[in-house]
Amino acid sequence: MNKPGVSKVEVKQMNNWNFEIDADNIAWLHVDMQHSSANILSKEMLEELDHQLLSISQHNPVGLVILSSKTSGFIAGADVRAFAGMTDRHEAEQLIHHAHEILEKLENLPFPSVACMHGFCLGGGLELALACSYRIASDDADVRIGFPETRLGIFPGFAGTVRSTALIGHLNALQLMLSNRNLNGRQAKKIGLVDEVVPNRQFKSAARYLIHDQPHRSRPSLLQRLAGVSLLRSAITTWLKSQVSKKVSIEHYPAPYALLDHWNTSAGDPQQMALSEQQEVAKLLTGETAQNLIRVFLLQNRLKAQKGDPDFRPTHVHVVGGGLMGGDIAAWCALKGLRVTLQDQSPEMLSRAIERAQQLFSKSLRDKRKVRDAMDRLIPDHLARGVPRADVVIEAIYEDAEAKQALYQQLEPRMKSDAVLATNTSSIPLEILAEKLQDPDRLVGLHFFNPVAKMPLLEIVTMASTDTAVIDKALAFSNRISKLPLVVKSSPGFLVNRVLLPYLMEAMQLHKEGVPAAEIDKAAKMFGMPMGPIELADTVGLDICKSVAEKMGDMLSIEVPKELVSMIDAGKLGRKSGEGFYRYEKGKAVIQKSSQPVDESVSDRLIGRLLNEAVATLREAVVEDADALDAGIIFGTGFAPFRGGPMHYIDHYGKEAMLEKLQQLEQQHGERFKPDAGWA
Amino acid sequence: MKPQSMLQGKSVYIVDGARTPFLKARGKPGPFHASDLAVAAGRSLLSRQPFAASQLDEVILGCVSSGPDEANIARVVALRLGCGHKVTAWTVQRNCASGMQALDCAAMDISSGRAELVLAGGTESMSHSPVLLNPLMVNWLAEWNRASSMSARLKQLTKLSGKHLTPVIGLLRGLTDPVVGLSMGQTAENLADRFGISRTMMDQYASKSHLRLGGAIDNDYLEELVPLYADDGTLYQQDDGLRRDSTVESLAKLKPVFDRKFGSVTAGNSAQITDGAAMLLLASADAVEHYQLPVLARIRDVQWAGLDPAQMGLGPVYAMAPLLERNALNSSDINYWEINEAFSAQVLACRMAWEDAQFCREELGHEQAFGEIPCDRLNVDGGAVSMGHPVGASGARIVLHLAHILKRHRAGSGIASLCIGGGQGGAMWITNDEQAGSEQSGGEADE
Repeated sequence: MNKPGVSKVEVKQMNNWNFEIDADNIAWLHVDMQHSSANILSKEMLEELDHQLLSISQHNPVGLVILSSKTSGFIAGADVRAFAGMTDRHEAEQLIHHAHEILEKLENLPFPSVACMHGFCLGGGLELALACSYRIASDDADVRIGFPETRLGIFPGFAGTVRSTALIGHLNALQLMLSNRNLNGRQAKKIGLVDEVVPNRQFKSAARYLIHDQPHRSRPSLLQRLAGVSLLRSAITTWLKSQVSKKVSIEHYPAPYALLDHWNTSAGDPQQMALSEQQEVAKLLTGETAQNLIRVFLLQNRLKAQKGDPDFRPTHVHVVGGGLMGGDIAAWCALKGLRVTLQDQSPEMLSRAIERAQQLFSKSLRDKRKVRDAMDRLIPDHLARGVPRADVVIEAIYEDAEAKQALYQQLEPRMKSDAVLATNTSSIPLEILAEKLQDPDRLVGLHFFNPVAKMPLLEIVTMASTDTAVIDKALAFSNRISKLPLVVKSSPGFLVNRVLLPYLMEAMQLHKEGVPAAEIDKAAKMFGMPMGPIELADTVGLDICKSVAEKMGDMLSIEVPKELVSMIDAGKLGRKSGEGFYRYEKGKAVIQKSSQPVDESVSDRLIGRLLNEAVATLREAVVEDADALDAGIIFGTGFAPFRGGPMHYIDHYGKEAMLEKLQQLEQQHGERFKPDAGWA
Repeated sequence: MKPQSMLQGKSVYIVDGARTPFLKARGKPGPFHASDLAVAAGRSLLSRQPFAASQLDEVILGCVSSGPDEANIARVVALRLGCGHKVTAWTVQRNCASGMQALDCAAMDISSGRAELVLAGGTESMSHSPVLLNPLMVNWLAEWNRASSMSARLKQLTKLSGKHLTPVIGLLRGLTDPVVGLSMGQTAENLADRFGISRTMMDQYASKSHLRLGGAIDNDYLEELVPLYADDGTLYQQDDGLRRDSTVESLAKLKPVFDRKFGSVTAGNSAQITDGAAMLLLASADAVEHYQLPVLARIRDVQWAGLDPAQMGLGPVYAMAPLLERNALNSSDINYWEINEAFSAQVLACRMAWEDAQFCREELGHEQAFGEIPCDRLNVDGGAVSMGHPVGASGARIVLHLAHILKRHRAGSGIASLCIGGGQGGAMWITNDEQAGSEQSGGEADE
């Protein structure tokens, strides 16, 4: 559509950045990275920006406005892919220095500049915006402004630490960088990170106003400025470090600590700070933690990139089973915009799922209209009337092969011929479930993890005979509901539960031998697991652990510990019953803290079994390759991301050394540590 | 010159329908707004259809009083049901018959060829009826806003009195005839007086209504019911106004509420104030064929009539009379009747008037009495006295349930009718064509 009022006099096109100068002599620079749905600040992008800034300057405009042509947002960040495998600190420093120079040119333009930010404005994108004189944010709910860098094991490196502390104050800026918190436009305005918050339609008017009027920018409050005084900095650093240490340890995640040290030593002198930032970020970037975290980021992208069948656009999902898993799967799908019919035997069974869904929606959507829309999409359907319309049917009833088969016999004739029939089973081989289907090849496993809303992984379980078209549809569905799909072979426990089970069983064995639960969990956490195995077992539910262990145990020669059985008989089911290995008060475990150093052999035994099972799983080709295995274990269990995944950890530790360790453990503790044939 | 039928064109079919349980208003706003109720019924109904919601031609809803966030409630409901931007929607209001009016409008559009597939029905959340500021207060507020100085404001404050704070209860006003000034209950007292209907007769009728609804629930006759789930997980599966222990004796203890002290119309023998929605899918023959839809019933003809507002309870007979005459039907041709139970007295009065030769001659211009409406063919599964009367929804509910009754009894022909506050009556004739034999005399108007 051609709009009246703006007559363009000069247009300059390049690959990624195009600008025009309008009749008012304002330069409008549009960022539109080619072959990409989002704008990424790659080396090429930065260099082209440099070039365009020069051209623009030659026109002597009254101002510059930078806008993104992508619907996804302004600029999503730096080019993480380019950081992968970067081990030369000097090279990294060069790269960062170059970015600093270009953004400095932007900052020093002789006319005002404005960044118009919608959607994603993260990391390097935000740092570019900070180099402008003014920032305008969209008032859309999907605006994400923030610094995610420490999640990748680094901190803002395009002079973000220098400009953010100056603009919004030291404490605000540190908090933003340490927390990785994303702000919407209103929140960003509140701390002074942006100058205006407007609807997208007012971007251009607001930009013109800022360029013509050049209002004073708000200064950080006195408190915020005081925090940067050198006398106070070291106290603040100590305090913030103690805050950080409650979440992550310096051994596992050095970046937040390095950020604080960098700030402590260099804040106050912008030039010194910029220099320190270049050096420190280069050091972190080329270090092991950052490289492993970048690896995890890329693994995530790899899973995301499996788009499946582009023509499969599911709109209606039918879920059978209104229990914890079924109900939460249904709620998740409704949250993601799908129409969902949820079936169980009676309305009573469904009402609790509806209640839980309401809680999820209110928490994640906030806006009451959006909550209502999601509730409207989630349709309780005890009579199973939604089956014929569904594009995907997910069975999530109790783990009983005959009951599932009987259910499929009712479902299959009523389903659309091209609809996906999926099971959420965690322990029954698909081959058995598919037996009585008219078309056994149509069955696929969609194995969600508990809690559904938090766990990003979705195992797509396939039989040798599963139709590839079905797998493609399952991938497309996974994508549609924003889960990370991982294709796994139908074999006991698939990937995640299989690798996790020996680890849990070893924890119980240790407990039986008299090691306190808290000590076992501490050892696992020190390795980097998000939650200890004992607490995990309590959280999953001991009855569930037992049933999974029984079902998988036969095939993996794992025995169900007697202790577990007697606990269940005594009504100790874990967190849900108020007591398991731990006692729970108000849903929180009562853990006695011990200051004793953790015996290294505890973590060796726990992780040893996990790694050995991972090797076996890979040998059996349950997943495509070692990277896929690492991705699955990280996103399915939270396995220490900074270690890059189990297989990567083995490589890093040294395969021979690890094998030797296992052999030792086998001698001490027996058969269960016998190295798998896959080590050879 | 009189028309042969109000639906002159193509055949109109009732394909399916669903309603929520009717929930008694308990003195405070209930868990559902009117749009929530319509969405709950509508989404269950639509999710079992072979077509997508976006394939509807339009959505028409009856609603007497929607909430402040529900202007043109039909459009709100259509969008919430996922019909998409392109499906149009409009809301109709004919007081107690709004739901039937919506069906009439949908039938007209299908009959005339303007639409093929229409979602129509009615919804009402009487527990959410507005409570308004009285005019004194509204004026006071206007003055307050105008007062700019501190002293003017203080002066204005001194004018505030208790009288200003008395609210206007929207529900009570709505149930009072704005022209003749009688409450609906008082119009029922008029009929009781005119036809000599005793308190006992009313209470007998009311207790039977409860008995019949209880029986219908026990026999699973309320197929059209879909459960309601509140956000907090509370489940509503049945009409909660049902009193299975209701007897003539227990009803006799209640005090008259409209003509206090000396009257005979009580809360127990009147319709209950309730929240609820009923939604129907209406389709043309082409749509039935195209989507392979089942047919529940066919809408044959509709009639509206006006009468003295003070006698509004007789509305059904004024509407049914021309409907039967025009279609050359006798009372005996009608297998089942639904006359909305606004008041026991009013339903009884309709029966008596229908059997009264003088009334039929003088008031309805019919040569002789229309005859008996057999008790066992009228409101056989209970009615508004036992399940309640969410005013916008009842007209749709009785048509839908009548269709189910015809199917269950393999009966061919039925009439659903309501009295309407303000002095009107509405009646709709539906047939079950699979069973229809003699009723076919109404004439095929297709194509």
